[in-house]
Amino acid sequence: MPESLLFYVLSGLAVGASALVIGQRNPMYSVLLLIVSFAALAGLYIGLDAPFVAMAQMIIYAGAIMVLFLFVVMLLNAPQEDAAEWDRTHPLRRPGIARVGIVLALLFVAELGWALAKVVSLGSPVGGQGDGAVIGSVREMGRVLFTQYSFAFEATSILILVAMVGAVVLARREGDA
Amino acid sequence: MIPLSHYLVVSAILFAIGSAGVFLRKNLITILLSVEIMLNAVNLSFVAFGRSAGTTDGQIITFFVMTVAAAEAAVGLALVIALFRNRESLNPDAFTSLKW
Repeated sequence: MPESLLFYVLSGLAVGASALVIGQRNPMYSVLLLIVSFAALAGLYIGLDAPFVAMAQMIIYAGAIMVLFLFVVMLLNAPQEDAAEWDRTHPLRRPGIARVGIVLALLFVAELGWALAKVVSLGSPVGGQGDGAVIGSVREMGRVLFTQYSFAFEATSILILVAMVGAVVLARREGDA
Repeated sequence: MIPLSHYLVVSAILFAIGSAGVFLRKNLITILLSVEIMLNAVNLSFVAFGRSAGTTDGQIITFFVMTVAAAEAAVGLALVIALFRNRESLNPDAFTSLKW
């Protein structure tokens, strides 16, 4: 079963790299590890008959967004995290309000597991429905994107314009006019 | 063939890691990275659900999520730069001017 072996290797890589992103004190290593996680996810997308999404994942996420993060980390000279004293102690010995957060997080995880266990049809294998070569083809995606989702596509262009103007205004120095 | 539930479990684990990062970390850049992890976890379940339904829609939605992620990263990092310029710190606990 090379296919399922590949799935377990890639998902293990994605989960492990993401966990290390959270575990690092140096933001530089966090960004680089997140690129590893994104590459593993791109491999999972190829297994799901979505090669175009996999390429976009690598080009947009690993290529563009993460480079933007790297620029900012280097620009700000990436100060090490100055954690408070109570922050370095064991998570369960934290004061007051932090414990409520831990309880809520555990509740959230339990809910997720409950929801996953409840749905019966989830045991069916992915990939038996429809023709994978058609679903993943750029032709079919373009057709759906520019007909059924054309309004959302146009709205996206406005979103990007607003984000661009907002980023320029926010990052501008005071008094630069 | 891998069952759909396996993909959803991976997605749930990634989302849990991302939300843990948002709550536990004390660095604005790492918090933004955790948000990216959460968006990617959701992308994975979109693509898996779309494939199991035999439609392209899951992949289309993934593109919109990627666009939103790019916009969020651009604006978020601009905010981080502006905040760092004012306070010389990336610790969210340093920004308490609005705290009552």
